[in-house]
Amino acid sequence: MNDDNDIISKMIVLHSTFTLPSDLVIKIYESKADITVKETCFGLIIEGKRSEVNRVAREIRNLDPNRIFIKERGVPPGSSNRCRASQGGGAKPGFHQHEVEFALLPYFTEALDEIERGEMPEIKDVTPPHLTIEKFKDIIEKEVKESE
Amino acid sequence: MVKVFIYPSNSLILSDLVDRFGHEPLAMMQEIGKKIRTAGLDSPPINITPEDPKLGLKYAAVEVPSGVRGRMSLLGPLLEEAEAGIIVREPDIAFGCMGCARTNELINFLVRAKKVPLLELDYPNTEDEAKIFVHKIREFLDGLSGAQSGKGDE
Repeated sequence: MNDDNDIISKMIVLHSTFTLPSDLVIKIYESKADITVKETCFGLIIEGKRSEVNRVAREIRNLDPNRIFIKERGVPPGSSNRCRASQGGGAKPGFHQHEVEFALLPYFTEALDEIERGEMPEIKDVTPPHLTIEKFKDIIEKEVKESE
Repeated sequence: MVKVFIYPSNSLILSDLVDRFGHEPLAMMQEIGKKIRTAGLDSPPINITPEDPKLGLKYAAVEVPSGVRGRMSLLGPLLEEAEAGIIVREPDIAFGCMGCARTNELINFLVRAKKVPLLELDYPNTEDEAKIFVHKIREFLDGLSGAQSGKGDE
């Protein structure tokens, strides 16, 4: 089903203070991979055969592993059906998801750095206090008594 | 490599973490990509065609709105392939292309009903929560690799 010759796109989201999208582009040119690259505000979009795109994505991730985040994208780069320039403005589908997750990326970088250093925080499951019916009845009775 | 269904299905973080820790994320994007790149009269911008709600009948009854069935025609095949799942509980961002509450409920139900290894989490809001989020996902995915290699030994 996932043929190596399928054409796919991947988004490379960069959240780094010392790696620029242009560094990644140069790396892709060096790799001589037969793929299309589009430089964007968040990083890059690459498109090509599955095997090539996966190989390039792996190479790029190795440049700055904990600050580069990659996911597959359904739509080709610069597709006129999605590009805001030809759609009269507004947010692209999927923008809001990225907007929310982009803010969290530094935290994930920190966590991935910890994993790399072999540190393991103590995982505590913090669950909100469970309100049982009995406890709720007690609260009501107490409130009623106080009001009397 | 285990095929891991992720929810929200277009999440960058979940997709990246699953891929990073050596498994295959099953996400909406790959299904959309297939639809868009398959040549035909219904090439973009029409991602969902009148045919799709019919395919969705496999997962939801005919009385169910066509929007749910259309979405299920994309997500259903992913669910069938899933060997594990990571679900973020009630994400605030379940709108846009993830925006159908009933589809989301159905997806969550079907993943649980499938009885595959499942990790349920909340979206992190703070640094500490984010760290725990990543560590939990890593532990879960490492566990999947362990289970798989154990199977291979048998």
